[in-house]
Amino acid sequence: MLVLEQPFVETEKEVIASKPNTTGAEAVILSLLAENVDTIFGYPGGAIMPIYDALYDYLDKVKHILTRHEQGAIHAAQGYARVRRKAGVCFATSGPGATNLITGIADAMVDSTPLVCITGQVTEGLLGTDAFQETDVVGISMPITKWNYQVTKAEEIPQAIAKAFYIAESGRPGPVLLDITKNAQFEGCDFKYQKCRRIRSYLPKRALVPEKIAEAAELINSCKKPLVLAGHGILIAKAQEVFQEFIEKSGLPVASTLLGLSAMSVEHPNYVGYLGMHGNYGPNVKTNEADLLIAVGMRFDDRVTGGLDTYAPDAKVIHIEIDPSEINKNVKATVPIIGDAKEALEALLPHVNERKYDEWLAEFAECDRLEDEKVVQKALAPTTEKIKMVEVIKMLSDKTEGKAVIVTDVGQHQMIATRYYKFAETESNVTSGGLGTMGFALPAAIGAKIGVPHRDVIAVAGDGGFQMTLQELGTIMQNDIPVKIIVLNNHFLGMVRQWQELFFDRRYSFTDIESPDFVTLASAYGVKGIQVTDRDKLESGLTQMLESKESFLLEVIVEKEENVFPMVPSGASVSDIRLE
Amino acid sequence: MNTEAKKQYTISVFTEDKIGLLNRITIIFTRRKINVESLTVSESETKGIFRFTIVIELEPSNIEKLRGQLEKQVEVLKAFYYQDHDIVYQEIGLYKISTSEFVNGDKVENIIRKNNARILRIEPDYTIVEKTGHEEETRALFEELEPHGILSFVRSGRVAIAKPMKRLHVYLKEIGKLD
Repeated sequence: MLVLEQPFVETEKEVIASKPNTTGAEAVILSLLAENVDTIFGYPGGAIMPIYDALYDYLDKVKHILTRHEQGAIHAAQGYARVRRKAGVCFATSGPGATNLITGIADAMVDSTPLVCITGQVTEGLLGTDAFQETDVVGISMPITKWNYQVTKAEEIPQAIAKAFYIAESGRPGPVLLDITKNAQFEGCDFKYQKCRRIRSYLPKRALVPEKIAEAAELINSCKKPLVLAGHGILIAKAQEVFQEFIEKSGLPVASTLLGLSAMSVEHPNYVGYLGMHGNYGPNVKTNEADLLIAVGMRFDDRVTGGLDTYAPDAKVIHIEIDPSEINKNVKATVPIIGDAKEALEALLPHVNERKYDEWLAEFAECDRLEDEKVVQKALAPTTEKIKMVEVIKMLSDKTEGKAVIVTDVGQHQMIATRYYKFAETESNVTSGGLGTMGFALPAAIGAKIGVPHRDVIAVAGDGGFQMTLQELGTIMQNDIPVKIIVLNNHFLGMVRQWQELFFDRRYSFTDIESPDFVTLASAYGVKGIQVTDRDKLESGLTQMLESKESFLLEVIVEKEENVFPMVPSGASVSDIRLE
Repeated sequence: MNTEAKKQYTISVFTEDKIGLLNRITIIFTRRKINVESLTVSESETKGIFRFTIVIELEPSNIEKLRGQLEKQVEVLKAFYYQDHDIVYQEIGLYKISTSEFVNGDKVENIIRKNNARILRIEPDYTIVEKTGHEEETRALFEELEPHGILSFVRSGRVAIAKPMKRLHVYLKEIGKLD
């Protein structure tokens, strides 16, 4: 029998932090400090009280943001993680505290966002007894965490936290959850912290296979109608520079996924638009004419591919992806390249020829012209009395020169904001893509602003989603977080209403929604705001919001029944995209 | 909807010895509405590494995707899938019958002899018969014994060993999961 001598988790020999004779609770805080955590988002409660008590001694070293709901805490941690590209940290107590994290964990899992969630748990002896605020959060969160673990002994804490950060941040990032029983928090221990660098069962990043790089280069050098599909993986791998170099050398046209936005400037000559259900006309239609797709750090989500049976029928596919389980999951790869996007692009770069695709790019330009005529011009020079959402986003984009961080909620405003905001700087798009979580924008914007305080962070939400988490105005109030908020109020749950109009005979079943006076509500939280209803007041309203040194809410009353076009109907072919 | 005909697969999953992994693995199947026909867990020939043997029916176009989802789990070292001709496999059936059936003539004794089953225990009230074999064989014995009254019957999950000669730890070293 083979006996393995190595320990389960390999840690660096070097102890980077230590403190003898401490408690599990203090070990949690010391471990977070050893991981250079500067902000924790959370909400206290019975089962996590020892950790909060230990935290109280370290407030000079780490900031804690008390949110108004645990969902707010986790979305804030997500916003922070997305702009900083490091794990966001959140605390919650057992039972309802822990279950309130679930939506955010699921969101982070599908959008590859690194999170370390720490929940308190009832004392070990009460596990399984239906004790007060006992919930099996490890069981509940299992399908939606990259890894989770219940800690029942103080001595396990440093190693469990080291492992949690390593797993959350490496490979394809994702959320991890540590559930720490109250006895483990109280227990004494000697704290010693070593970084986790390797787990033998886990290969976060594979070495590139040189033959696959050569095969990919050959396809790229011989294709006629290629299209690059740029995904979130480029941002996660911090591959923006080499990606641009690769594009400029190879001359390939680039389309972005929703989460890939801001990986490349939308003004770049090779950028042909945004993919998917409400993306641009050109990249959707041309996908089905392409002879080669080069997918970089994306997963062929159904909102990108439409019906798979008719997707890209003439195309060979190069799929660069760090998560092997994404290869051939939805779209078969002619040449799979399993690995980090940055390493893969660096390896490919010397092998691709300098080429130009003037005629092919001109076809995209023709599509843009058509989309501009049929969609954009109508939206920008509206005949309607009320303001259209597109006008607001266009003006916001112009006034901020595309340099703000835009944090969107979910729905029509999200599609319009991501379509019309001209992302000029990288790491500027924070949105809930895969899960489509309404209520994401406000708390995520709070986390993003804390993550990058020097940048303008603007939450864009609809009147529906904003009401799902608007209690976080209290977090803004208590912590003076200068987040700007735009609520595009059409008095409808607009995206569902649009589908009802198009596919359910205009039967508007429960999509008309009444809202409170948002400006008065904000003022109750000490947040200034104005409501704009007239087109000629929009510019001054936006200026006032952008120039405010504090948080500011701009509510714009917009056209009630505006539809987002283009649109690929659910399950239809991407080439059947509708312009009107 | 996938209209492809399903095939039976035996999946071997090699994992670390961690609480909760059984749940992590089974939810991969239940989420996709795949019925687990049998599941057996035991320590492998490598100390500290456990082997899950899982039998399912699935469309051939989905089996590789399923394997990918299993290997995506942080504490899974490797997953393989096989069809019956790739493996040697076995199950065990235990049959509890009234001891009086053995006293009344030699019918039951002949059934046991013919099926190469064996008697594990004899008590005044009951006798336990064991039969190892493929499911058809344990079922055939069940059907033959049934007219004589089976008080209780249990069949284990499948255990399987792949025919290829490569040893697990050699394979894990090759893919960089063992030093």
